[in-house]
Amino acid sequence: MTHRLHFIAIAALALGTLTACGEKPQTGAGIRSDAVPYAGTGSNFTEPGWKAGDKASWEAQLKARQQYGQNEYTRTQTK
Amino acid sequence: MARMKFICDAERCIECNGCVTACKNEHEVPWGVNRRRVVTLNDGVPGEKSISVACMHCSDAPCMAVCPVNCFYRTEEGVVLHDKDVCIGCGYCSYACPFGAPQFSSQGTFGVRGKMDKCTFCAGGPETHGSQAEFEKYGRNRLAEGKLPACAEMCSTKALLAGDGDVVADIFRNRVVQRGKGAEVWGWGTAYGSQQAGQPAGGKS
Repeated sequence: MTHRLHFIAIAALALGTLTACGEKPQTGAGIRSDAVPYAGTGSNFTEPGWKAGDKASWEAQLKARQQYGQNEYTRTQTK
Repeated sequence: MARMKFICDAERCIECNGCVTACKNEHEVPWGVNRRRVVTLNDGVPGEKSISVACMHCSDAPCMAVCPVNCFYRTEEGVVLHDKDVCIGCGYCSYACPFGAPQFSSQGTFGVRGKMDKCTFCAGGPETHGSQAEFEKYGRNRLAEGKLPACAEMCSTKALLAGDGDVVADIFRNRVVQRGKGAEVWGWGTAYGSQQAGQPAGGKS
């Protein structure tokens, strides 16, 4: 009886040791989905003139900014 | 909206490195990592040209193809981003990239455990938009703030153009027509796959 108890205790200890040495489950693998950029950040640095969540207004804002900021012909010449 | 693209107008780039500085400042990129850099072709020879180079967010990105853990993803706007929590820092993307964009740093918030770092088109990463976690790993998310990449917006001569591909192409085309020269755009064909100026006929696009 004593032998049997010893055997069970050692087996339980070995099982516990093995569990402790095991790897953590890797459930976080894979790319998390990224939110759409027109969702906005909610920060105070957001450029005014468009509505967060509205894709059309975000696109219009970027195109207007691109024309104003990068195309000096629109500002220096009237065609 | 068309996909996001970069163009560097070599006729205008004056090698001031303003784009490099803007990028490093905006994203607080650590020492040893350069998401963008200026390369001078035929340096010292009359007629030398300089171009600003970073990740071009290729249409068929080689980095995505070779990544063994598939950490890259492309946004709806065509911006090529990666998840640093998935990246194992193997460096395959560095060998595959024709522009030398992937950067590896051994220390700092961007380079913990050797994660790859590269230009994000100022679009952050998979973390919550505008969060501290996103800023520390990927830098500022200007696109979600309704802004364009800092490098292009800070370019003093407007040599570097960034944004909607159709608008970028229109602006550049108008310039070429106005000045009557300088239609070569290095890297455009390699990144976006079209046989345009600067690409050898029948060459690899």
